[in-house]
Amino acid sequence: MTMKRLINLKRAEARKIYLTYAVVIAAYIICQVMSSTGLFSSSMRGMLVPICAYMVMAVSLNLVVGILGELSLGHAGFMSVGAFSGVASAILMQGTITNAPLRLALAMVIAAIFAAIAGFLIGIPVLRLKGDYLAIVTLAFGEIIKSILNNFYLGMDSEGIQISMITDTTRLLKGGRLIIRGPMGISGIQKIATFTAGFVLLMIALMIVFNLVNSRSGRAFMAIRDDRIAAESIGLDITKYKMMAFVMSAAIAGAAGALFAMNYSTIVANKFDFNTSILILVFVVLGGQGNMLGGIIAAAVLTILPEKLREFSEYRMLLYAVVLIVMMLATNNAEVKSFLAGLNPFRRKEAA
Amino acid sequence: MIFLNYFISGISLGSIYAIIALGYTMVYGIAKMLNFAHGDVIMVGGYICFYAVARYGMNPFLGVAVAVVGCTLLGIIVERLAYKPLRQAPSLAVLITAIGMSYFLQNTALLLWSSNPKVFPSIIERGSFKLFDGRLSVSHVTVLTIASCLVIMGVLTLFISKTRLGKAMRACSEDKGAAQLMGINVNATISMTFAIGSGLAAIAGALLCSAYPTLMPTTGSLPGIKAFTAAVFGGIGSVPGAFLGGLMLGVIEIFAKAYISSQLSDAVVFAVLIVVLLVKPSGLLGRNIQEKV
Amino acid sequence: MRKILTCVIILVMASAAFGAPAAFKLGGTGPLTGGAAIYGMAARNGAQIAVDEINAMGGDIRFELRYEDDTHDAEKAVNAYNALKDWGMQLSLGSVTSKPCEATAAENFADRIFALTPSASSAAVTEGKDNVFQMCFVDPNQGTASAQYIASKGLAKKVAVIWKNDDVYSKGIRDTFVEKAPEAGLEIVSETTFADGNDTDFSVQLTEAQTKGAELVFLPMYYQPASLILAQAQAMGYAPKWFGVDGMDGILTMEGFDKSLAEGVMLLTPFNADAKDERTQKFVAEYKRRFGEVPNQFAADGYDCVYAYCQALAQAKATPDMDAATLCAKMIEQFTTMTFNGVTGENVRWSANGEVTKDPKGMVIKGGVYVGLD
Repeated sequence: MTMKRLINLKRAEARKIYLTYAVVIAAYIICQVMSSTGLFSSSMRGMLVPICAYMVMAVSLNLVVGILGELSLGHAGFMSVGAFSGVASAILMQGTITNAPLRLALAMVIAAIFAAIAGFLIGIPVLRLKGDYLAIVTLAFGEIIKSILNNFYLGMDSEGIQISMITDTTRLLKGGRLIIRGPMGISGIQKIATFTAGFVLLMIALMIVFNLVNSRSGRAFMAIRDDRIAAESIGLDITKYKMMAFVMSAAIAGAAGALFAMNYSTIVANKFDFNTSILILVFVVLGGQGNMLGGIIAAAVLTILPEKLREFSEYRMLLYAVVLIVMMLATNNAEVKSFLAGLNPFRRKEAA
Repeated sequence: MIFLNYFISGISLGSIYAIIALGYTMVYGIAKMLNFAHGDVIMVGGYICFYAVARYGMNPFLGVAVAVVGCTLLGIIVERLAYKPLRQAPSLAVLITAIGMSYFLQNTALLLWSSNPKVFPSIIERGSFKLFDGRLSVSHVTVLTIASCLVIMGVLTLFISKTRLGKAMRACSEDKGAAQLMGINVNATISMTFAIGSGLAAIAGALLCSAYPTLMPTTGSLPGIKAFTAAVFGGIGSVPGAFLGGLMLGVIEIFAKAYISSQLSDAVVFAVLIVVLLVKPSGLLGRNIQEKV
Repeated sequence: MRKILTCVIILVMASAAFGAPAAFKLGGTGPLTGGAAIYGMAARNGAQIAVDEINAMGGDIRFELRYEDDTHDAEKAVNAYNALKDWGMQLSLGSVTSKPCEATAAENFADRIFALTPSASSAAVTEGKDNVFQMCFVDPNQGTASAQYIASKGLAKKVAVIWKNDDVYSKGIRDTFVEKAPEAGLEIVSETTFADGNDTDFSVQLTEAQTKGAELVFLPMYYQPASLILAQAQAMGYAPKWFGVDGMDGILTMEGFDKSLAEGVMLLTPFNADAKDERTQKFVAEYKRRFGEVPNQFAADGYDCVYAYCQALAQAKATPDMDAATLCAKMIEQFTTMTFNGVTGENVRWSANGEVTKDPKGMVIKGGVYVGLD
């Protein structure tokens, strides 16, 4: 982002962007210090990378839902494409590139490319639709991606790479390795994802999205969101702009997927199902559509919350559901809002 | 003959999807919200029916009636507590609340009724009618499911077109503001629609569990998503659309399993949905505004 | 943060001051909520009974058990594992289901915390990890045993297999069964699958088995889908012989299940709740009393895990003040050498790679109860 462009922005707008960067950087430094001085529990340390991945997912989906104004119910599908292509490529590179951070970075780039291709292919039919019909088609694509990956086999031996669908028909030579094993996913992943990598990815995602939003294209996105017909009548190529945002969002989600997957020793396609898509949507809605910082905070809060509820054992997920409903009521119903405000003057402080 | 067997299986599965889809489509038509907790109301209906019949020895049909009353009450409570306060809120907020409600119902069921699957007592005797020297078999449950689906569809259509409340519903779905001006209590009408949809869910629950007799806290969630797809398939908001969409989805699913791949059947179902929406962007019968609830 | 710190300090002081007689901290993760909760709850309940029995005996070995919910998800399992680590877990029960256990086993290996999983049966769980062991039967053995059993008893020539595509357990058994069946002289005429979310309607799978003339249908799966298959086959009027594996155990105790549907079903299982030996009867009675249900194989595996730990710790003369890494080394030594008798098998032994060897028993359901085959 060039300084010149920032200066041209409205002040409030620029302040919001700076604030977002500042909060993310400050949070990174605090977490890094607490983690290295042993103030963090294993539980918190273990969640740092997935939280980063979910934050990036929130930024990615916010581009589609908040800025473009279209509902996507299948965003976990792109994460899944990224996770599988990223991990598979990292495994393939294991022998040639021994530097782990470099391999992680390359894997994330490859993941982003694969997810962008998926986003483009899916965008062609999806973006011709509107509203709830568009939403259901994204849900359908999410399920199709899951179904295909559940039946996809990829192996490698000294002769090269072999691929098969539905049943494993790869004939690997001795010493070969079946990397993607259909419904069993990928096992034995080297855990090379780090918190710092997550932070860098989040910063890059934010820069891309802010740059896009505050460019000519970004203004076009918002014009389309606010009034599609008016935008069309002044000659905006709606499909082109929508596709641009959609592909960009998919690419970011793909990189997040690769980061996420490489934090665990195993990954399966069923992880990236409808429920995961919904989870990410909840981050965006709770954080405020179009509000990047809000989505990022919501991602962190809602990932940590179920862990903090562990002491309630069986009642944990029930409480989570109640908290979710109450939060939606509290942020969207005028009566409840004013009631809560009267109850506790420090409510805002607490929420932050 | 095998083809016909598969076709009947598909119609049977589709009838269940259709009844569930009717609940989705009615609520959507009026409140313009996707009630993701609908599948879980089905599960609750299944459990109520199970306890009435298996534990308290009620007549199965009486058991279904108890479940209908129970689910209607549940529907009213859920609507009052979680959805009504959000009438003016953005639709996404309502969607998330519905999902929260879905988690809530599932986890409450888990605590109340444990995760161990219960085997649902069949409403009618298990067995089948044999046709063509036994080469074609149609199970009793299939006949009951298809018949119930047709009856419900008929009654619902009559209700919407003939009764006062039905007309009020149609008016609300067309134009809420105008309906209000005409003296229709829009809020009450929406609440009523939820109550009816939840009552229908109980019947769907009993039929679903009779055809596929295991009952767990997660029993409703997948049929729920499939039925939602069916509702969109037929054109969400349209009652005959939900019926047609449900039946077609069931048949496509079974055929895909039988003739393409049992592993990829879901992918095929969703691919067909995408193609249909590309050709008819608002579903098969979506433009049929007169029929809209 | 200061608040948390204060809490931690108070907790540490409190536990030092009022600490109960020292006990080994035993932790495990499993699905306690969600669609797979049935397995996690069973394993936890079984382990809890064993812990209470051992503590009541008042010997040197005492346990403190804690189970954390992983919702059958690798990510949540690692979170749950870390929460247990923060609690001070010394010995681990791994995870209940296979995929989450692959993820936690990697952590166990890295942290040098010994793990004995009750029921995660895939080979990848123990592969390359010297400190991760399994209590349950390894999947591939069951496929071989089943094929040989069917052939040697002349139960059928034409066999159909229905298996669950996205389940490591089901796929593992199916793979070896399909490989060994032709060698044993069986012909597999139909092979169909199902998956999560597609596990209610089996009309297509059953119709295909019927039209291909299968005399026996092999069901390598858990009892819940199996009960649906039996009910739908009856509704269709299809009555082949049925052959199941250890996951089938539990079908007779499902609430509301029509036992006549399972008449004649054969299965190989290391545990059955109707066994007449004293140990099993005592466990089953206690489980029924406390949880109101008949224990399934997961509960039995959880129960056996704790007793196996008890035996190994006693033999190693381990004390609760040892750290996890010391215990880990001692446990590896014990588990690779000892022989254990539990409710899921006699003369149970472990190989160095963590796999268990025990003999499955052939059972047939007659008149609503299990009767030993042979």
